[in-house]
Order: sequence, then structure tokens, then C-alpha cells
Amino acid sequence: MKNYQLELTAEEKEILEGKKGPLLAKVMETVVRFGEAFGAKRLLPLSGRPHLVTSFGANTIKPYYGILDELIAAGLRTYGEFTVDPRPLDYVNVPVSLAEKILFKFIFGKQKDYEKQLRQLGLKDDDAFTCTCYYPEVGNTPARGDVLAWSESSAVVFANSVLGARTNRNSAGIDVMCNIIGRAPEYGFLTDEGRKATWVVELKLNRLPNAQILGSAIGLKVVEEVPYIVGLSELLGTELTDAVKDYLKDMGAASASNGAVGLYHVENLTPEAKDFGRDLIKPGAKFYQIDETELERIYRSYPVLWKKPATKPALCFIGCPHLSFNQLKTWVEALFTELEKRKLPRLPIPVVLCAPPGVLKRFREEVPVNPGELKAKNIRLTYICPLMYMNNPLCAKKPVITNSNKLRTYSTSRFYPDDEIMNIIFETAGRRES
Amino acid sequence: MKKEFKGRVIVGGYFKGEALVSRKGFNTLASFQKSIVTRAKKAKCSDQDNAEIFGKEMTGKVLCLPQTIGSTTAGLVLMTAAEMGLQPAAMLFSRPIDSLAAAGVIMTDVWLNKKIITVDQLGDEFLEAVKTGDTVEIFEDGRVLIE
Repeated sequence: MKNYQLELTAEEKEILEGKKGPLLAKVMETVVRFGEAFGAKRLLPLSGRPHLVTSFGANTIKPYYGILDELIAAGLRTYGEFTVDPRPLDYVNVPVSLAEKILFKFIFGKQKDYEKQLRQLGLKDDDAFTCTCYYPEVGNTPARGDVLAWSESSAVVFANSVLGARTNRNSAGIDVMCNIIGRAPEYGFLTDEGRKATWVVELKLNRLPNAQILGSAIGLKVVEEVPYIVGLSELLGTELTDAVKDYLKDMGAASASNGAVGLYHVENLTPEAKDFGRDLIKPGAKFYQIDETELERIYRSYPVLWKKPATKPALCFIGCPHLSFNQLKTWVEALFTELEKRKLPRLPIPVVLCAPPGVLKRFREEVPVNPGELKAKNIRLTYICPLMYMNNPLCAKKPVITNSNKLRTYSTSRFYPDDEIMNIIFETAGRRES
Repeated sequence: MKKEFKGRVIVGGYFKGEALVSRKGFNTLASFQKSIVTRAKKAKCSDQDNAEIFGKEMTGKVLCLPQTIGSTTAGLVLMTAAEMGLQPAAMLFSRPIDSLAAAGVIMTDVWLNKKIITVDQLGDEFLEAVKTGDTVEIFEDGRVLIE
């Protein structure tokens, strides 16, 4: 056995030596070598449930399916039942043309086979497909201090910052390896030192800013470092209510996609900031002040990737990351109210609201709205990942609008804050979807 | 005159070849996506945000970069590129390797039995000194010579 710097327990050594099978030894070797690259001293046992980022059966990642086949054949499973990012396709609720559908079948041709592999590896259930696995309707909410090996960037930043769990921002593939072996190398956000802030972000604002633009500003400035945010709890409150968590979810996702933030602290609000306050700030931390002018500058800096920027939008996506129950309910109510106010029977363009399957189920049970009525009004409820939808080159050519800074960053969609997007939806007379 | 740098070995090996330099973060998904999807015989960089290497051939080159950036699918993308024979021969990082690239090169080595020779922590001076088209020699112990 090669000499590793990383200290292994007797059991871990046995696994590495192949005493529990050659496949598990390979998994352990991968995790150990990965840990060595980051100077990890040891492996930490994982707790809570796993969450994986790769939810799509893309034809392009064949070696990954081969590895999963090997793991499954060896009888290996994740240490706990896992959730995984959203499915890519929903032909019933999301508008697609015939040509787009044909291309989707080519791009995600392995979806059915891949979902079978996920079930064999330890998928929680068929409703476990969402990027916001931490909502109660989904059932994968880590506790404070849980050690995880998650990889979905928006879930990583939420788990670390809002829930006080501990996970690094892992790559797809390594997440599977760590969750099979039930351990993760101790480095980065898994250490007290790695969770300290190297930036102080001070808000000089009189009103609560749009979460997506604030997160974008923070991510673009601090990139992968840890910010300690001052002045937000004065506008947002000091308790982690459901509404506050929704705000932080959207802010964090924007910071993780516009930059690579995996953890932030909000003074007087997030768990570690409440306990340790400014002791979390490292000496020599850099400083960034955000005011209305800076937020406006950030918003105006986003490129428009449409071929014809003056084109009227054809489709609107809301819910990247997936909406909470309250967010979904609020959006449906707001769209109904606006339709009534404008005396219109139907939205001019389809508005697709994306939420976890469990949240959609609760919505159907608790909100007295007929699904047919929603569809008639051009409001579509779905469980898909809008990013996967926009990965289709034909869909990418369409003028799509969104209130998600993450979706904007990874696609050709155009971002508008909530208050503007409602007007854009109603003022458009864009072409209809087939 | 040859310039020598010393880094830390992540995946060891000897190689001598042509440098391809990205002074900004290398977006693995954006760079390889088109070549993988179109099943190209050699990968050309398809990241439009990286003007320095956009459209340039990456296969078999010594990719010199600060770190990788972008989607957390990057590890799988690199491994897929390697399985298709599209990978760079080596990756030389001026900074400590990031978790996405580490996942890609280590999984490629362990699971595909293919090596993308990888050395990190070569320092900012390395990235300032090396230019696209330079001949670069990499040794097992992490030494890098720019000719």
C-alpha cells in the first residue's frame, strides 16, 4: 500500500488494502488521494443524508455510468438514502416543440437507465429529485454540525450557511465516492478555520435588496472566499423564519453561481454568526461596501445573450433553485391577482414555476386550484431543472426570461428582478409556445 | 534560456510537449462541451468567455492555468474527455489545485487508468513566464522546464 500522509483508521486501512473488496478499495483510494490534494489530515464520517448533483442521463458522460455499473455490481450503496438534483424533462407541463423533444431524447437518452442506477445505489424515492432537498416536503434537511459530501452548489451554500452543516463544494463523481465510503476528507469548510470569513461585506441600504442581485454582487466580488455580511439582518430580521430562509436560499444560489461561494455568514442571523459574531472574521479580511448604486451597476452589467435583444419573451422560468411551498403559493396568487386586475383570461406567455415534487404534491393538496385552470391560464407547475431545459440548443435560442441569477449565468435566459418580471410577463405579446 | 519551476505532484509522470496557456480560470464544462457533444477527434476550446484559448486545440497539450472554474460537473466532464481521448496530456496549475479539477484528474487515473499528468502550486511567476506554443518538459518529481 502506498504511503499516504493522511491518517487512516485501522478499518480505513483495511478497506484501502482491499480486505473489503477491490471496488471499495478503489473508492477509498479515490477519496484518500483527493483528500491528500487538499492536505486533509484524516477522513471524517458523514452524517445526515447524501445529496448528489448528477440527475441527468446525458449521453455525454458514459464513463460515469460505467463506474456506477461497477459499484452496483459489487453491491455497493451510499451510506444513507440520497436525494439528487431535479430531473431534466417534463413533457406534460413544460412547453416543448417536436424538434426540441427529438433533441432532448438525444441529449438525455440515458435518463431511464440512469434513474435505474440511482435506485440501485440508494435513491431515497422517486420524488427525491430536486436541488432544494432541504425543504421539509423533501426530507433531506441536515442538522447543524452534520458532515456532508454534497455537490449541488446552491444546496452546499444553503447547508453550510443557513443550516450550519459542513460540506465542501464537491465535484460530481467525488460526491458518489465519498457517499459510498461514508467519509469525506477533513479540509476547507469541514474545519473551523476554513469556515472563517476573509471578506467583510457591509450593506449601506435603506430597504431590503433583491436577493438575486445582492447574491450576485457578493459572488462576483469574493468569488470562492467566505463573506461576513453586515447590515442585512437590520433589513431581513434576526430570526430564520421560512421567508428569511427563502431569501437566503436565493441570495446564496446567486453568490454560488455568479461566483463560487460555498459559505457565508450574516451577522445576527445565520447560526455561526449568532454564536461567534465577529470572531468569525479573519485578521486582514478584505472589505466590500454595497449600496444602491453598486446593486444597480451589477444589474446593468449582465449581458443580454439573445440574438435580437429587443425580441419579446416567449417563456418565463421561476424557481431556480426550486421554489419553497410559500414561494410557489405566493407566485400563483400574484399571477392570479394580476390576471384579475388586468381582466385577462390567460398569461400572454407560459410562466413555468419549478418546485420539488413534494412541494407540488402539498400544493395540490392544500391549495384549492384546479390543475386544468392553471394550465388554461398559462401557469405551468413542474419539477424539472430549467437549466437542463436551456441546455437544449433549440431551447437556448428562445427568448426566455427568469428571476433567477443562477439560470441567467448558465444559460441564454434574461434576468429581471421579481417586481420587473411581472410587468414584462404581462406587457409582452411574444410568440406563443407550441 | 530555460526556466525551471517546481510544483507539487498530483498525478505524476514525464511529458514534453506544447503549452496552451489560460491566464484566467479554465471553465472545464464550457471548454470541452462542444467537442464531447459533437464527438470530435480532437478537442478545441469552446469557452467563448476565454478569448485566450477559445478555438484552440487542447488535446495532447500542456494546459497551463491558475485553477478551473464553473459547474460542479467538471470532474465528470474531464473524465469523459479522457475516455474519448480528448484530454490534455498535462495540467499545470499556478495555484493550489481546486476541488473540481482534482476530482477529474484523480478519478481519471484511478477509474480509467489514464493519466493526465498534473502538477499544482507552480506559482504566479510560472503563469507569467509560460506562453502558448512554448515547449514544456515535466518531470516525475514536479519540476517543470520551459524551453
